[in-house]
Formats: sequence, structure tokens, C-alpha cells
Amino acid sequence: MSATTTFQVAPVPRMLWAETRAKLLSRLRSPAFSVLSIVLPTMFFALFYGIFSGQAGSHAAEFGKYILATYGTYAVANVMVFNFGIGIANERGQKQDLLQRATPLPGWVATLAQVIFSLVFALLALIVLYAYAFTVGGVRLDPGALVGFTLKLLLGSFPMMGLGMAIGYSTSANAAPAVTNLIYLPMSFISGIFIPLSQLPSGIQTVGKLLPLYHYSQLPLETVGQNTESLGTAALWLIGWTVVLFALGLRFYRMDASKKFS
Amino acid sequence: MEKVVELIDAHKRYGSVEAVKGVSVAIEHGELVAMLGPNGAGKTTCISLMLGLRKPSSGQAKLFGLAPTDRRARSRCGVMLQESGVPGTLKVKELVDLFRSYYPNPMPAERAIGLAGLEEQAGRQAQKLSGGQLQRLYFALAVCGNPQVIFLDEPTVGLDVEARRAFLESIRSFASEGKTIILTTHYLEEADQLAERVVVIDRGVVVADASPAEIKSRVLGRRVSFTADRSLSDADFQGLPHQNLEVEGNRVRLLSNAPEALLRDLFRRGYDIRDLQVVGADLEEAFLDLTRHAEKETVA
Repeated sequence: MSATTTFQVAPVPRMLWAETRAKLLSRLRSPAFSVLSIVLPTMFFALFYGIFSGQAGSHAAEFGKYILATYGTYAVANVMVFNFGIGIANERGQKQDLLQRATPLPGWVATLAQVIFSLVFALLALIVLYAYAFTVGGVRLDPGALVGFTLKLLLGSFPMMGLGMAIGYSTSANAAPAVTNLIYLPMSFISGIFIPLSQLPSGIQTVGKLLPLYHYSQLPLETVGQNTESLGTAALWLIGWTVVLFALGLRFYRMDASKKFS
Repeated sequence: MEKVVELIDAHKRYGSVEAVKGVSVAIEHGELVAMLGPNGAGKTTCISLMLGLRKPSSGQAKLFGLAPTDRRARSRCGVMLQESGVPGTLKVKELVDLFRSYYPNPMPAERAIGLAGLEEQAGRQAQKLSGGQLQRLYFALAVCGNPQVIFLDEPTVGLDVEARRAFLESIRSFASEGKTIILTTHYLEEADQLAERVVVIDRGVVVADASPAEIKSRVLGRRVSFTADRSLSDADFQGLPHQNLEVEGNRVRLLSNAPEALLRDLFRRGYDIRDLQVVGADLEEAFLDLTRHAEKETVA
């Protein structure tokens, strides 16, 4: 009887590793999605840098660092919003959540795996961007600054995960790509990601300065000395947005779960 | 014996519909149980309650004496649901390894794949499997954690005859290790072939809970079929002991508790018949009879 009366559970690190690995493998085998997330930010960088660096004249070096920061922000945020948004909507659409719910895998381990996997994926996107910017683009950043720059980009991305969760749990798999683009692309523009905020109309600037993506871009911009608000202020805004967006994501998650599992 | 699963006067209401109306079932270690009933009878809801996928509106559900959502209880269960999905770009072996990681003492991946008969597809992506192979994959995922009990919700739906036979063989092979198996089905021969105990559910209540043989013996009915020398109608059978009458021109099929008396009366009334067959009612007919009795009781 002892074998049947002792309760055992699987160790969390083993589940977490297997879950993260499975998500990475699965994503790398969907080339369209991977290429879009990893290569698109670098293509945008190349386009804008190619067009505008000539006009920057003696400021070309500073301009290069500036758009490395904004397109780095774009790259990581893009991975987070799409991975969580479309990823979760797809899992729901394919009813993966039903089977998973019946296994001993705790929900929080699955979510943590999604976070780790997304961070790894974002890092890949950054590495491609850096490779282009530092070789073809000729942007210079010393190694110490590069480490801080990268860490800030990864750590500042939490509000974007919350946004992705909110989209993923509230939209169908069919609608998720459109909804995600509809929210993320205008937000990127208004937040000064594609074109510096100072070049945009003042009405847009006012709105942009409320959005999480604007404050997020301030983190890497601070490393290259081109921030327009202090690191502390940006961090407070991001914490606030993280709370708001995760609360929204959690609310949609509960609404979805109560339909299926109550 | 240790109780593996228990529903105690469980009710489940979805809005205004009561899908389960006071079901009490206890399943012990090593039992092979089929939950049998027509579509919409409440079988899947019962399984969902047992697994903690749904909460009972009233009453209780227990898994190994714990709340069904308890991870310690879940770690002893394997599950095959009617509606589920896996990441399509992962390969069979990768998915089995993923699900193995959820359990404390999983079986080797090769064994789970072997039990499901998927050796040749181990390196294939889930999205490229046929319907039958996908069902087998879900079976592999249900057993790979080496659980003490597996829940199979309509496991053979959509399988052809050959695939179903192979699948039942896989389940039997896993059961032979002293595992508890709980499956739902509306394929009655499946319950008969596989289970030692059949719980018949209809309209949210248990209408019978016995061995397949007992259920058969409870129904006295015999299946009678013959071809008459002329066209018949329902009226021709008035006053004769029969149920479930089907008349199609000259061809007649019915159930009767007294086939001898019925045939004697037919001959006496001057009908001539040929191609006569009288056989014992199978489980399907037993089941029809049981649910009809339950219906009468609720009406009364």
C-alpha cells in the first residue's frame, strides 16, 4: 500500500525546462512567425538608418545609437506582444489549454516557461539587430554599455507581456494577429519608436508620453545618453503599466477559464 | 480497497440545464469501468467533475481522497479528452517527453510510444498525423506518466473498425498492469469487450451499475426478426408481447420477453413467416431497456 499512499509530484525545474524547450522548438519550426519576430526589426532598422543617417551629418554616430535603442525596444516589445498575444490565442484556439488543464502541470509553471521562452526569443532578435548595427551599420557601443542596454530592454518588457496576455485571453486565434497589429503598430508610432517623438505633432507627443512603450524606450536611451525622462520616472511608469496590464490579462484569463472550467 | 475516484451526490448545472443530477459512483483501484450512455447523457460532465475540470454545483468529487484539482492527485492520473490539442509542430517523441516531465515517475518514452503503437511515427510532427494516429498520440500522452488511473473520454470516436480493435488492445495491455481505467463510450460493444463494470448514465442519472453480463441478464428481451407473407402494420401486433417494433413492408424486427407466445399467436392469426431469427438482446438493447425503465420511473 505504501506505494499508493505516498503522494509524489514532479520537480518544478524539470517541468519548467521541458515546457520552455517545447515552446522554443515549436516556435522555431514556424518559420513565418520566427522570421517576422527576429528579422523584421532589423529590416526596419536598416531601412531607417539607411535613409536618415546621411542627413544626420556630424551627428550620425549619435543617431545610430538612438535608433538602435528605439528599434531594440521595438524588437523586444514585438516578441512579447506577439508571443503572448497570438501564442495564447492559438493555444486556446487549438484547445491545448483543455488538455494541459487536466495534467499535473501547474498553470504558473506554464506561464513562467512562456516568459523565459519569450525572453530567449527576444534576445535572439536583439542579437540579429546588434550584428547588423555593429557591422554594416557601423554603430559603436562599448561592451559594458551593451550589457546594460540589453538587460534594460529585457527587464523593461513586462508591461508588453501583460498587454499580450490581455489580447491572447480575449481574442480568438483568427482575430489575434489583426488585433495585435492594430494595437501594437499605432502604439509604436505614437510612442516615438519609428520616428523620434520630438518630430511628431504636439498632440501626439502628449498621448505618446502616457504610453508604456515610450517609457520603455527611455531605458535603453538612457544608456546612450539620449533619454528625455529620468530612469526613475520611466521605471515608475513601467511598474504602473505592468500592474494595470497584468491585472487586465488576469481578468481576461479568469473570464476565459470560468467559461471552460467552472 | 482504496477508492480512486468518488462522486458523492454530484450535481452539475450549466445555466438552466442540469447535466448531472445527483450521481454517486465510487471506483476502486484496478477496476475497469465503462460509463455508458447516449450523447448528452452527462458522461463527459461526470469525467470533468472527477478530474476537477469542472466544479460540482453541489455534492462532492474526490480523486484519491483529495480534491481533484490537487496536484498530488493529478500526478496519478492520465487523461484523454474528447476535445484537446497539442502544439502541432512538435514531434510525437517530443510531446511524450514533454508530458513525461509533468509526472513524478514516468515510464520510458519508448514504452509509452510502444503501448500506443506509434513506433513508426515517433519522429513525425503531430500536425502530420492521421486522425487515428492522433488519437493514439493522446493515448501515449495519457499513459506516459505511468499513472495509476487513466480517464478516456470517448477514446475511439472516429476510428475505423481495425483502428478501434488495435486501440482497445492498447487499453487492455495497459490495464493488465493493475491500472484503473475509466472510459466513456456510446459504443456499447466497446463497454462489453473492455469493461468489468458498466455504469449506465442517462439524462444525468445513473440508471444501472453492474457487470456487462448482469446488465444483459436483467433484460429479458429477445431480439426477434422475420419476414411475413404479406405487408404488416403496427396494428397487427396489438395485444402481443413486444417492444421496439420496427415494420418495413414484410420485414419485422421487435424485442419480446415471450417470443414463443408471440409467434404462436401470430401463427394462430394466420400469418405465415420465414427467415425467423430469435437471439438474445445485446448490450445496446439492454441499454435501451434500462433507460426506458428509468424514464417510466421519472414520469411516474
